[in-house]
Amino acid sequence: MSDAQTNGNSSGAAPGAPEAAIETFALTRNFGEICAVDHISLGVPHGEIFGLLGPNGAGKSTTIKMLTTLLEPTSGTARVAGFDIVAAPEEVRRRIGYVPQMLSADGALTGIENLTLSAKLYGMARAERKERIAEALEFMGLADAATRLVRTYSGGMIRRLEVAQAMLHRPAVLFLDEPTIGLDPVARRTVWERLRELKERYGITVLITTHDMDEAEELCDELAIMHQGKIGVIGKPAELRATLGEGATLDDVFAHYSGGSIHEGGNYGDIQRTRRVASRLG
Amino acid sequence: MATSSAHAELPAVSAKTSSIFSLFSESAAIAEVELKKVLRDPTELFTRAVQPTLWLVVFGQVFSRVRGIPTGNVSYLAFMTPGILAQSVLFAAIFYGIAVIWERDLGIIHKLLVSPAHRAAFVLGKAISSGFRGGMQCVIIYILALALHIQIQWKVLSILGVFAGVGLGSAIFATFSLIIACIVKSRERFMGIGQVLTMPLFFASNAIYPLALMPKWLRVVALVNPLTYLVDALRGLMIAGGQNTHNMAGNFGLLIAIFVVLAAIAARLYPTLVR
Repeated sequence: MSDAQTNGNSSGAAPGAPEAAIETFALTRNFGEICAVDHISLGVPHGEIFGLLGPNGAGKSTTIKMLTTLLEPTSGTARVAGFDIVAAPEEVRRRIGYVPQMLSADGALTGIENLTLSAKLYGMARAERKERIAEALEFMGLADAATRLVRTYSGGMIRRLEVAQAMLHRPAVLFLDEPTIGLDPVARRTVWERLRELKERYGITVLITTHDMDEAEELCDELAIMHQGKIGVIGKPAELRATLGEGATLDDVFAHYSGGSIHEGGNYGDIQRTRRVASRLG
Repeated sequence: MATSSAHAELPAVSAKTSSIFSLFSESAAIAEVELKKVLRDPTELFTRAVQPTLWLVVFGQVFSRVRGIPTGNVSYLAFMTPGILAQSVLFAAIFYGIAVIWERDLGIIHKLLVSPAHRAAFVLGKAISSGFRGGMQCVIIYILALALHIQIQWKVLSILGVFAGVGLGSAIFATFSLIIACIVKSRERFMGIGQVLTMPLFFASNAIYPLALMPKWLRVVALVNPLTYLVDALRGLMIAGGQNTHNMAGNFGLLIAIFVVLAAIAARLYPTLVR
Protein backbone atom coordinates (compact mmCIF):
# COMPACT_ATOMS: atom_id res chain seq x y z
CA MET A 1 0.00 0.00 0.00
CA SER A 2 2.94 2.35 -0.28
CA ASP A 3 2.52 3.51 -3.84
CA ALA A 4 -0.47 5.03 -5.49
CA GLN A 5 -1.81 2.56 -7.96
CA THR A 6 -3.66 3.35 -11.08
CA ASN A 7 -4.52 -0.06 -12.37
CA GLY A 8 -8.21 0.55 -11.99
CA ASN A 9 -9.93 -2.49 -10.69
CA SER A 10 -7.50 -4.17 -8.37
CA SER A 11 -5.45 -2.37 -5.82
CA GLY A 12 -4.95 -1.82 -2.12
CA ALA A 13 -3.75 -4.47 0.30
CA ALA A 14 -3.31 -7.79 -1.40
CA PRO A 15 -6.63 -9.63 -1.14
CA GLY A 16 -6.20 -12.51 1.26
CA ALA A 17 -3.72 -10.66 3.44
CA PRO A 18 -4.75 -11.54 7.00
CA GLU A 19 -4.39 -8.03 8.33
CA ALA A 20 -7.09 -6.50 6.14
CA ALA A 21 -10.23 -5.32 7.97
CA ILE A 22 -12.10 -4.98 4.69
CA GLU A 23 -11.34 -6.79 1.47
CA THR A 24 -13.52 -6.79 -1.61
CA PHE A 25 -13.27 -9.33 -4.41
CA ALA A 26 -14.63 -8.09 -7.74
CA LEU A 27 -17.58 -6.66 -5.81
CA THR A 28 -20.34 -5.79 -8.26
CA ARG A 29 -23.89 -4.49 -8.11
CA ASN A 30 -26.22 -3.89 -11.00
CA PHE A 31 -29.55 -2.11 -10.87
CA GLY A 32 -31.27 -3.36 -13.98
CA GLU A 33 -29.09 -2.27 -16.88
CA ILE A 34 -27.03 0.09 -14.79
CA CYS A 35 -23.86 -1.14 -13.17
CA ALA A 36 -23.57 0.90 -9.96
CA VAL A 37 -20.47 -0.89 -8.64
CA ASP A 38 -18.25 -2.55 -11.20
CA HIS A 39 -15.90 -5.31 -10.05
CA ILE A 40 -14.09 -3.42 -7.34
CA SER A 41 -11.29 -5.13 -5.44
CA LEU A 42 -9.67 -3.29 -2.61
CA GLY A 43 -8.29 -3.87 0.86
CA VAL A 44 -8.33 -1.73 3.97
CA PRO A 45 -5.81 -2.62 6.70
CA HIS A 46 -6.84 -2.72 10.35
CA GLY A 47 -6.80 0.56 12.23
CA GLU A 48 -6.89 2.79 9.19
CA ILE A 49 -9.27 5.60 8.28
CA PHE A 50 -10.13 4.94 4.67
CA GLY A 51 -11.97 7.42 2.49
CA LEU A 52 -14.11 6.51 -0.48
CA LEU A 53 -14.31 9.58 -2.68
CA GLY A 54 -16.38 10.21 -5.71
CA PRO A 55 -19.05 12.39 -7.24
CA ASN A 56 -22.71 11.66 -6.51
CA GLY A 57 -23.71 8.51 -8.32
CA ALA A 58 -20.16 7.10 -8.41
CA GLY A 59 -21.24 4.03 -6.45
CA LYS A 60 -19.97 4.96 -2.98
CA SER A 61 -23.26 4.49 -1.22
CA THR A 62 -23.99 1.25 -3.03
CA THR A 63 -20.56 -0.03 -2.01
CA ILE A 64 -21.15 0.88 1.62
CA LYS A 65 -24.60 -0.74 1.53
CA MET A 66 -23.06 -3.98 0.32
CA LEU A 67 -20.25 -3.88 2.88
CA THR A 68 -22.77 -3.29 5.68
CA THR A 69 -24.97 -6.21 4.43
CA LEU A 70 -27.91 -3.98 3.50
CA LEU A 71 -27.61 -4.93 -0.15
CA GLU A 72 -26.49 -8.19 -1.71
CA PRO A 73 -23.87 -8.01 -4.43
CA THR A 74 -24.88 -9.05 -7.93
CA SER A 75 -21.53 -10.82 -8.17
CA GLY A 76 -18.27 -10.91 -6.27
CA THR A 77 -18.10 -10.60 -2.51
CA ALA A 78 -16.22 -9.00 0.35
CA ARG A 79 -14.84 -9.92 3.73
CA VAL A 80 -15.49 -7.48 6.54
CA ALA A 81 -13.95 -8.02 9.99
CA GLY A 82 -13.02 -11.53 8.93
CA PHE A 83 -16.39 -12.68 7.61
CA ASP A 84 -17.94 -12.96 4.20
CA ILE A 85 -20.77 -10.46 3.63
CA VAL A 86 -22.75 -12.92 1.51
CA ALA A 87 -22.11 -16.16 3.40
CA ALA A 88 -22.16 -14.82 6.96
CA PRO A 89 -23.99 -11.46 7.07
CA GLU A 90 -25.00 -11.96 10.74
CA GLU A 91 -21.39 -12.38 11.81
CA VAL A 92 -20.46 -9.26 9.88
CA ARG A 93 -23.30 -7.29 11.52
CA ARG A 94 -22.07 -8.13 15.02
CA ARG A 95 -18.68 -6.66 14.21
CA ILE A 96 -19.52 -3.45 12.39
CA GLY A 97 -21.08 -0.10 13.18
CA TYR A 98 -22.84 2.12 10.67
CA VAL A 99 -23.74 5.79 10.56
CA PRO A 100 -26.00 6.46 7.57
CA GLN A 101 -25.78 9.67 5.62
CA MET A 102 -29.27 10.65 6.70
CA LEU A 103 -30.15 11.50 10.25
CA SER A 104 -30.73 8.17 11.87
CA ALA A 105 -31.07 9.16 15.52
CA ASP A 106 -34.70 9.33 16.60
CA GLY A 107 -35.62 12.92 17.42
CA ALA A 108 -38.61 11.90 19.52
CA LEU A 109 -36.36 10.01 21.95
CA THR A 110 -33.64 11.20 24.32
CA GLY A 111 -29.95 10.50 23.74
CA ILE A 112 -29.96 7.72 26.31
CA GLU A 113 -33.08 6.14 24.84
CA ASN A 114 -31.52 6.06 21.40
CA LEU A 115 -28.41 4.43 22.82
CA THR A 116 -30.41 1.96 24.89
CA LEU A 117 -32.31 0.80 21.83
CA SER A 118 -29.05 0.20 19.95
CA ALA A 119 -27.55 -1.65 22.91
CA LYS A 120 -30.58 -3.91 23.18
CA LEU A 121 -30.55 -4.70 19.48
CA TYR A 122 -26.92 -5.78 19.89
CA GLY A 123 -27.99 -8.08 22.70
CA MET A 124 -26.10 -6.38 25.49
CA ALA A 125 -26.98 -7.38 29.05
CA ARG A 126 -28.19 -4.66 31.39
CA ALA A 127 -24.98 -4.10 33.35
CA GLU A 128 -22.83 -4.07 30.22
CA ARG A 129 -25.33 -1.76 28.58
CA LYS A 130 -25.19 0.88 31.29
CA GLU A 131 -21.44 0.87 31.36
CA ARG A 132 -21.03 1.09 27.59
CA ILE A 133 -23.65 3.81 27.23
CA ALA A 134 -21.98 5.94 29.90
CA GLU A 135 -18.62 5.39 28.24
CA ALA A 136 -19.91 6.28 24.77
CA LEU A 137 -21.68 9.41 26.03
CA GLU A 138 -18.54 10.52 27.80
CA PHE A 139 -16.36 9.76 24.79
CA MET A 140 -18.60 11.69 22.43
CA GLY A 141 -19.01 14.64 24.82
CA LEU A 142 -22.75 14.17 25.22
CA ALA A 143 -23.00 13.26 28.90
CA ASP A 144 -24.72 16.54 29.78
CA ALA A 145 -27.30 16.23 27.01
CA ALA A 146 -28.04 12.55 27.54
CA THR A 147 -31.56 12.99 28.90
CA ARG A 148 -32.66 15.65 26.43
CA LEU A 149 -34.83 14.87 23.43
CA VAL A 150 -32.64 14.52 20.36
CA ARG A 151 -34.80 16.99 18.44
CA THR A 152 -33.33 19.70 20.67
CA TYR A 153 -29.76 18.73 19.70
CA SER A 154 -27.60 20.63 17.23
CA GLY A 155 -26.56 18.92 14.00
CA GLY A 156 -23.09 18.21 15.36
CA MET A 157 -24.49 16.69 18.54
CA ILE A 158 -26.80 14.43 16.55
CA ARG A 159 -23.87 13.20 14.50
CA ARG A 160 -21.86 12.51 17.63
CA LEU A 161 -24.81 10.65 19.13
CA GLU A 162 -25.01 8.53 16.01
CA VAL A 163 -21.33 7.71 16.25
CA ALA A 164 -21.88 6.85 19.92
CA GLN A 165 -24.68 4.48 18.88
CA ALA A 166 -22.46 2.88 16.28
CA MET A 167 -19.49 2.36 18.65
CA LEU A 168 -21.44 0.96 21.63
CA HIS A 169 -20.74 -2.66 20.81
CA ARG A 170 -17.05 -1.97 20.03
CA PRO A 171 -17.19 -2.78 16.34
CA ALA A 172 -14.05 -3.79 14.50
CA VAL A 173 -15.07 -1.68 11.53
CA LEU A 174 -17.10 1.52 11.50
CA PHE A 175 -18.79 2.76 8.33
CA LEU A 176 -19.87 6.37 7.93
CA ASP A 177 -21.68 7.64 4.87
CA GLU A 178 -20.83 11.34 4.40
CA PRO A 179 -20.24 11.85 8.14
CA THR A 180 -19.94 15.64 8.18
CA ILE A 181 -22.27 16.67 5.39
CA GLY A 182 -24.20 19.78 6.37
CA LEU A 183 -22.20 20.42 9.55
CA ASP A 184 -20.61 23.75 10.40
CA PRO A 185 -16.79 23.86 10.44
CA VAL A 186 -16.48 23.55 14.20
CA ALA A 187 -18.85 20.60 14.44
CA ARG A 188 -17.05 19.03 11.52
CA ARG A 189 -13.68 19.23 13.25
CA THR A 190 -15.12 17.75 16.42
CA VAL A 191 -16.43 14.76 14.50
CA TRP A 192 -13.05 14.28 12.78
CA GLU A 193 -11.23 14.49 16.06
CA ARG A 194 -13.55 11.90 17.66
CA LEU A 195 -13.14 9.53 14.73
CA ARG A 196 -9.36 9.79 14.97
CA GLU A 197 -9.60 9.11 18.69
CA LEU A 198 -11.79 6.06 18.04
CA LYS A 199 -9.08 4.73 15.81
CA GLU A 200 -6.30 5.52 18.31
CA ARG A 201 -7.98 4.35 21.46
CA TYR A 202 -9.99 1.35 20.26
CA GLY A 203 -8.13 0.42 17.09
CA ILE A 204 -11.35 0.65 15.10
CA THR A 205 -11.01 0.64 11.34
CA VAL A 206 -13.07 3.44 9.81
CA LEU A 207 -14.41 3.65 6.29
CA ILE A 208 -16.09 6.87 5.24
CA THR A 209 -17.56 8.10 2.00
CA THR A 210 -17.13 11.76 1.27
CA HIS A 211 -16.87 14.32 -1.44
CA ASP A 212 -15.34 16.86 0.85
CA MET A 213 -11.68 17.32 -0.08
CA ASP A 214 -10.73 18.81 3.29
CA GLU A 215 -12.17 15.80 4.99
CA ALA A 216 -10.28 13.48 2.67
CA GLU A 217 -7.01 15.31 3.21
CA GLU A 218 -7.20 15.80 6.97
CA LEU A 219 -8.99 12.74 8.19
CA CYS A 220 -8.14 9.88 5.88
CA ASP A 221 -5.00 7.75 5.97
CA GLU A 222 -5.82 6.42 2.56
CA LEU A 223 -8.22 7.27 -0.23
CA ALA A 224 -9.91 5.53 -3.11
CA ILE A 225 -11.47 7.66 -5.81
CA MET A 226 -14.53 6.09 -7.38
CA HIS A 227 -15.96 6.99 -10.71
CA GLN A 228 -18.82 5.28 -12.53
CA GLY A 229 -18.67 2.27 -10.28
CA LYS A 230 -14.94 1.71 -10.60
CA ILE A 231 -11.95 2.57 -8.45
CA GLY A 232 -9.93 5.18 -10.31
CA VAL A 233 -6.98 5.25 -7.94
CA ILE A 234 -5.98 4.31 -4.40
CA GLY A 235 -3.30 5.88 -2.25
CA LYS A 236 -2.39 8.12 0.64
CA PRO A 237 -3.48 11.73 0.09
CA ALA A 238 0.10 12.97 -0.30
CA GLU A 239 0.96 10.20 -2.76
CA LEU A 240 -2.07 10.96 -4.86
CA ARG A 241 -1.13 14.62 -5.04
CA ALA A 242 2.42 13.67 -5.98
CA THR A 243 1.24 11.61 -8.96
CA LEU A 244 -0.01 14.79 -10.60
CA GLY A 245 3.19 16.71 -10.01
CA GLU A 246 4.15 19.55 -7.74
CA GLY A 247 1.52 21.92 -6.43
CA ALA A 248 -1.37 19.62 -7.29
CA THR A 249 -4.27 19.64 -4.85
CA LEU A 250 -6.63 16.82 -4.03
CA ASP A 251 -9.24 18.63 -6.08
CA ASP A 252 -6.97 18.21 -9.09
CA VAL A 253 -6.48 14.55 -8.29
CA PHE A 254 -10.19 14.14 -7.93
CA ALA A 255 -10.92 15.87 -11.21
CA HIS A 256 -8.24 13.82 -12.94
CA TYR A 257 -9.57 10.45 -11.82
CA SER A 258 -13.27 11.12 -11.79
CA GLY A 259 -13.24 12.70 -15.21
CA GLY A 260 -14.59 16.06 -14.21
CA SER A 261 -15.57 18.40 -11.48
CA ILE A 262 -16.72 17.25 -8.10
CA HIS A 263 -19.99 19.09 -8.47
CA GLU A 264 -21.06 17.14 -11.51
CA GLY A 265 -23.09 14.01 -11.44
CA GLY A 266 -25.76 12.78 -9.09
CA ASN A 267 -29.37 12.28 -9.91
CA TYR A 268 -32.44 13.99 -8.55
CA GLY A 269 -32.69 11.53 -5.68
CA ASP A 270 -29.11 12.13 -4.55
CA ILE A 271 -29.55 15.86 -4.55
CA GLN A 272 -32.86 15.69 -2.76
CA ARG A 273 -31.38 13.46 -0.07
CA THR A 274 -28.33 15.64 0.40
CA ARG A 275 -30.38 18.80 0.69
CA ARG A 276 -32.76 17.19 3.12
CA VAL A 277 -29.92 16.12 5.37
CA ALA A 278 -28.26 19.49 5.10
CA SER A 279 -31.42 21.34 6.03
CA ARG A 280 -32.11 19.06 8.95
CA LEU A 281 -28.59 19.32 10.28
CA GLY A 282 -28.41 23.06 9.73
CA MET B 1 -12.97 -17.61 11.31
CA ALA B 2 -11.04 -15.62 13.91
CA THR B 3 -9.45 -12.46 12.72
CA SER B 4 -6.40 -10.75 14.05
CA SER B 5 -8.63 -8.14 15.62
CA ALA B 6 -9.34 -8.60 19.30
CA HIS B 7 -12.46 -6.46 18.90
CA ALA B 8 -14.08 -8.87 16.58
CA GLU B 9 -14.59 -11.37 19.37
CA LEU B 10 -16.01 -9.02 21.98
CA PRO B 11 -19.59 -8.55 20.83
CA ALA B 12 -20.09 -12.22 20.16
CA VAL B 13 -20.03 -12.95 23.89
CA SER B 14 -23.49 -11.60 24.61
CA ALA B 15 -24.85 -13.11 21.42
CA LYS B 16 -24.95 -16.57 22.91
CA THR B 17 -28.38 -16.14 24.45
CA SER B 18 -30.93 -18.32 22.80
CA SER B 19 -32.43 -17.13 19.57
CA ILE B 20 -36.06 -17.09 20.70
CA PHE B 21 -35.23 -15.12 23.80
CA SER B 22 -33.27 -12.54 21.85
CA LEU B 23 -36.05 -12.28 19.26
CA PHE B 24 -38.45 -11.54 22.11
CA SER B 25 -36.21 -8.98 23.82
CA GLU B 26 -35.41 -7.23 20.53
CA SER B 27 -39.10 -7.02 19.66
CA ALA B 28 -39.82 -5.67 23.13
CA ALA B 29 -37.10 -3.04 22.71
CA ILE B 30 -38.67 -1.84 19.45
CA ALA B 31 -42.17 -1.86 20.93
CA GLU B 32 -41.03 -0.01 24.03
CA VAL B 33 -39.56 2.81 21.97
CA GLU B 34 -42.74 3.11 19.90
CA LEU B 35 -44.94 3.24 22.98
CA LYS B 36 -42.71 5.80 24.65
CA LYS B 37 -43.23 8.03 21.65
CA VAL B 38 -47.05 7.72 21.73
CA LEU B 39 -47.24 8.37 25.45
CA ARG B 40 -44.99 11.38 25.09
CA ASP B 41 -47.34 12.85 22.50
CA PRO B 42 -50.79 11.33 23.04
CA THR B 43 -52.71 13.75 20.78
CA GLU B 44 -52.95 10.93 18.26
CA LEU B 45 -54.91 8.83 20.75
CA PHE B 46 -57.44 11.58 21.31
CA THR B 47 -57.97 12.39 17.66
CA ARG B 48 -58.64 8.72 17.09
CA ALA B 49 -61.59 8.90 19.44
CA VAL B 50 -63.40 11.35 17.16
CA GLN B 51 -64.43 8.97 14.40
CA PRO B 52 -65.91 6.20 16.56
CA THR B 53 -67.77 8.86 18.52
CA LEU B 54 -69.38 10.11 15.31
CA TRP B 55 -70.30 6.61 14.21
CA LEU B 56 -71.86 5.65 17.51
CA VAL B 57 -73.44 8.93 18.53
CA VAL B 58 -74.66 10.14 15.13
CA PHE B 59 -74.93 7.19 12.75
CA GLY B 60 -75.75 4.65 15.46
CA GLN B 61 -78.44 6.72 17.17
CA VAL B 62 -80.21 7.42 13.89
CA PHE B 63 -80.00 3.90 12.50
CA SER B 64 -81.24 2.49 15.78
CA ARG B 65 -84.60 3.99 14.91
CA VAL B 66 -84.79 2.35 11.51
CA ARG B 67 -85.17 -1.11 13.00
CA GLY B 68 -84.71 -2.59 9.55
CA ILE B 69 -81.58 -4.51 10.42
CA PRO B 70 -82.10 -7.80 12.25
CA THR B 71 -79.69 -7.81 15.18
CA GLY B 72 -81.08 -10.62 17.27
CA ASN B 73 -81.81 -9.84 20.89
CA VAL B 74 -79.61 -6.74 21.14
CA SER B 75 -80.26 -3.16 20.01
CA TYR B 76 -78.72 -1.98 16.76
CA LEU B 77 -76.47 0.39 18.71
CA ALA B 78 -75.20 -2.50 20.82
CA PHE B 79 -74.82 -4.60 17.68
CA MET B 80 -72.64 -2.05 15.93
CA THR B 81 -70.46 -1.09 18.92
CA PRO B 82 -68.01 -3.99 18.49
CA GLY B 83 -68.06 -3.27 14.75
CA ILE B 84 -67.08 0.34 15.33
CA LEU B 85 -64.34 -0.75 17.73
CA ALA B 86 -62.95 -3.07 15.05
CA GLN B 87 -63.30 -0.35 12.45
CA SER B 88 -61.42 2.22 14.52
CA VAL B 89 -58.65 -0.33 15.02
CA LEU B 90 -58.52 -1.00 11.29
CA PHE B 91 -58.47 2.66 10.31
CA ALA B 92 -55.67 3.45 12.75
CA ALA B 93 -53.51 0.41 12.07
CA ILE B 94 -53.78 0.46 8.29
CA PHE B 95 -51.77 3.71 8.19
CA TYR B 96 -49.14 2.46 10.59
CA GLY B 97 -46.77 1.62 7.75
CA ILE B 98 -46.34 5.25 6.83
CA ALA B 99 -44.11 5.68 9.88
CA VAL B 100 -41.79 3.06 8.41
CA ILE B 101 -41.51 4.99 5.15
CA TRP B 102 -40.70 8.08 7.18
CA GLU B 103 -38.06 6.18 9.16
CA ARG B 104 -36.65 4.84 5.94
CA ASP B 105 -36.25 8.34 4.52
CA LEU B 106 -34.53 9.38 7.74
CA GLY B 107 -32.07 6.49 7.75
CA ILE B 108 -33.38 4.89 10.94
CA ILE B 109 -34.27 1.68 9.11
CA HIS B 110 -30.76 1.49 7.64
CA LYS B 111 -29.27 1.62 11.07
CA LEU B 112 -31.67 -0.95 12.50
CA LEU B 113 -30.95 -3.36 9.66
CA VAL B 114 -27.20 -3.13 10.10
CA SER B 115 -27.63 -4.40 13.68
CA PRO B 116 -27.55 -8.16 14.22
CA ALA B 117 -31.15 -8.17 15.54
CA HIS B 118 -33.61 -10.61 13.98
CA ARG B 119 -35.35 -9.12 10.96
CA ALA B 120 -38.63 -10.44 12.41
CA ALA B 121 -38.05 -8.38 15.57
CA PHE B 122 -38.57 -5.14 13.64
CA VAL B 123 -41.94 -6.42 12.44
CA LEU B 124 -43.03 -7.96 15.75
CA GLY B 125 -42.00 -4.86 17.68
CA LYS B 126 -44.21 -2.69 15.50
CA ALA B 127 -47.05 -5.20 15.72
CA ILE B 128 -46.86 -5.32 19.52
CA SER B 129 -46.90 -1.56 19.80
CA SER B 130 -49.84 -1.40 17.40
CA GLY B 131 -51.58 -3.96 19.59
CA PHE B 132 -51.12 -1.74 22.62
CA ARG B 133 -52.46 1.26 20.75
CA GLY B 134 -55.48 -0.86 19.90
CA GLY B 135 -55.89 -1.48 23.61
CA MET B 136 -56.08 2.24 24.21
CA GLN B 137 -58.79 2.51 21.56
CA CYS B 138 -60.63 -0.24 23.41
CA VAL B 139 -60.71 1.87 26.53
CA ILE B 140 -62.18 4.76 24.54
CA ILE B 141 -64.95 2.59 23.07
CA TYR B 142 -65.80 1.13 26.47
CA ILE B 143 -66.18 4.66 27.83
CA LEU B 144 -68.38 5.66 24.87
CA ALA B 145 -70.48 2.54 25.31
CA LEU B 146 -70.99 3.35 28.97
CA ALA B 147 -72.03 6.91 28.12
CA LEU B 148 -74.55 5.59 25.57
CA HIS B 149 -75.97 3.07 28.06
CA ILE B 150 -75.03 0.08 25.95
CA GLN B 151 -75.22 -3.16 27.90
CA ILE B 152 -71.66 -4.34 28.30
CA GLN B 153 -70.65 -7.81 29.35
CA TRP B 154 -68.75 -7.07 32.56
CA LYS B 155 -66.93 -10.35 32.90
CA VAL B 156 -63.19 -10.32 33.40
CA LEU B 157 -62.63 -13.04 30.82
CA SER B 158 -64.82 -11.29 28.26
CA ILE B 159 -63.01 -8.00 28.72
CA LEU B 160 -59.63 -9.70 28.49
CA GLY B 161 -60.89 -11.42 25.36
CA VAL B 162 -61.90 -8.09 23.83
CA PHE B 163 -58.47 -6.61 24.52
CA ALA B 164 -56.74 -9.71 23.15
CA GLY B 165 -58.87 -9.65 20.00
CA VAL B 166 -58.33 -5.95 19.45
CA GLY B 167 -54.57 -6.33 20.06
CA LEU B 168 -54.44 -9.14 17.56
CA GLY B 169 -56.54 -7.29 14.98
CA SER B 170 -54.45 -4.19 15.40
CA ALA B 171 -51.27 -6.24 14.92
CA ILE B 172 -52.72 -7.84 11.78
CA PHE B 173 -53.65 -4.59 10.07
CA ALA B 174 -50.42 -2.87 11.12
CA THR B 175 -48.39 -5.73 9.69
CA PHE B 176 -50.46 -5.66 6.51
CA SER B 177 -49.74 -1.94 6.36
CA LEU B 178 -46.03 -2.63 6.82
CA ILE B 179 -46.12 -4.98 3.85
CA ILE B 180 -47.71 -2.29 1.68
CA ALA B 181 -45.09 0.20 2.87
CA CYS B 182 -42.28 -2.21 1.95
CA ILE B 183 -43.75 -2.55 -1.54
CA VAL B 184 -44.61 1.06 -2.41
CA LYS B 185 -41.84 2.81 -0.41
CA SER B 186 -43.30 6.30 -0.92
CA ARG B 187 -45.65 8.24 1.29
CA GLU B 188 -47.83 9.51 -1.54
CA ARG B 189 -48.52 6.09 -3.01
CA PHE B 190 -48.98 4.66 0.45
CA MET B 191 -51.63 7.21 1.39
CA GLY B 192 -53.50 6.50 -1.84
CA ILE B 193 -53.53 2.76 -1.24
CA GLY B 194 -54.46 3.17 2.42
CA GLN B 195 -57.46 5.31 1.48
CA VAL B 196 -58.56 2.84 -1.16
CA LEU B 197 -58.36 -0.13 1.24
CA THR B 198 -60.08 1.10 4.38
CA MET B 199 -63.65 1.61 3.19
CA PRO B 200 -63.96 -1.66 1.23
CA LEU B 201 -62.55 -3.62 4.18
CA PHE B 202 -65.05 -1.91 6.43
CA PHE B 203 -68.14 -2.26 4.25
CA ALA B 204 -67.32 -5.78 3.12
CA SER B 205 -67.51 -6.96 6.71
CA ASN B 206 -70.11 -7.60 9.37
CA ALA B 207 -69.15 -4.42 11.26
CA ILE B 208 -72.43 -2.52 10.87
CA TYR B 209 -74.79 -5.13 9.37
CA PRO B 210 -74.97 -8.90 9.67
CA LEU B 211 -73.61 -11.20 6.98
CA ALA B 212 -77.11 -12.59 6.49
CA LEU B 213 -78.27 -9.33 4.93
CA MET B 214 -75.56 -9.30 2.29
CA PRO B 215 -75.96 -10.35 -1.33
CA LYS B 216 -74.10 -13.57 -1.94
CA TRP B 217 -71.04 -12.07 -3.69
CA LEU B 218 -70.51 -9.62 -0.87
CA ARG B 219 -70.82 -12.36 1.71
CA VAL B 220 -68.05 -14.25 -0.07
CA VAL B 221 -65.83 -11.16 0.10
CA ALA B 222 -66.72 -10.65 3.75
CA LEU B 223 -65.75 -14.20 4.57
CA VAL B 224 -62.19 -13.68 3.35
CA ASN B 225 -61.93 -10.37 5.18
CA PRO B 226 -60.10 -10.74 8.52
CA LEU B 227 -62.14 -7.84 9.92
CA THR B 228 -65.25 -10.07 9.81
CA TYR B 229 -63.71 -12.56 12.24
CA LEU B 230 -62.47 -9.82 14.53
CA VAL B 231 -65.92 -8.22 14.63
CA ASP B 232 -67.56 -11.57 15.19
CA ALA B 233 -65.28 -12.37 18.13
CA LEU B 234 -65.79 -8.93 19.66
CA ARG B 235 -69.56 -9.16 19.21
CA GLY B 236 -69.65 -12.36 21.21
CA LEU B 237 -67.40 -11.00 23.94
CA MET B 238 -68.20 -7.36 24.44
CA ILE B 239 -71.96 -6.97 24.48
CA ALA B 240 -74.41 -8.48 26.95
CA GLY B 241 -76.52 -10.87 24.90
CA GLY B 242 -74.26 -10.41 21.87
CA GLN B 243 -73.66 -13.49 19.75
CA ASN B 244 -70.83 -14.64 17.58
CA THR B 245 -71.88 -16.53 14.46
CA HIS B 246 -68.55 -18.36 14.11
CA ASN B 247 -66.86 -20.47 16.74
CA MET B 248 -64.91 -18.25 19.16
CA ALA B 249 -61.80 -20.45 19.16
CA GLY B 250 -62.03 -20.59 15.38
CA ASN B 251 -62.14 -16.78 15.19
CA PHE B 252 -59.04 -16.43 17.34
CA GLY B 253 -57.24 -19.32 15.67
CA LEU B 254 -57.83 -17.80 12.26
CA LEU B 255 -56.71 -14.34 13.37
CA ILE B 256 -53.52 -15.78 14.85
CA ALA B 257 -52.83 -17.75 11.68
CA ILE B 258 -53.35 -14.63 9.53
CA PHE B 259 -51.00 -12.68 11.76
CA VAL B 260 -48.27 -15.32 11.57
CA VAL B 261 -48.46 -15.44 7.78
CA LEU B 262 -48.44 -11.64 7.42
CA ALA B 263 -45.57 -11.27 9.91
CA ALA B 264 -43.50 -13.83 8.00
CA ILE B 265 -44.09 -11.96 4.74
CA ALA B 266 -43.32 -8.60 6.34
CA ALA B 267 -40.09 -9.89 7.89
CA ARG B 268 -39.03 -11.05 4.42
CA LEU B 269 -39.87 -7.72 2.79
CA TYR B 270 -38.56 -5.43 5.53
CA PRO B 271 -34.91 -5.49 4.39
CA THR B 272 -35.97 -4.44 0.88
CA LEU B 273 -36.95 -1.04 2.30
CA VAL B 274 -33.34 0.13 2.07
CA ARG B 275 -32.44 -1.30 -1.32
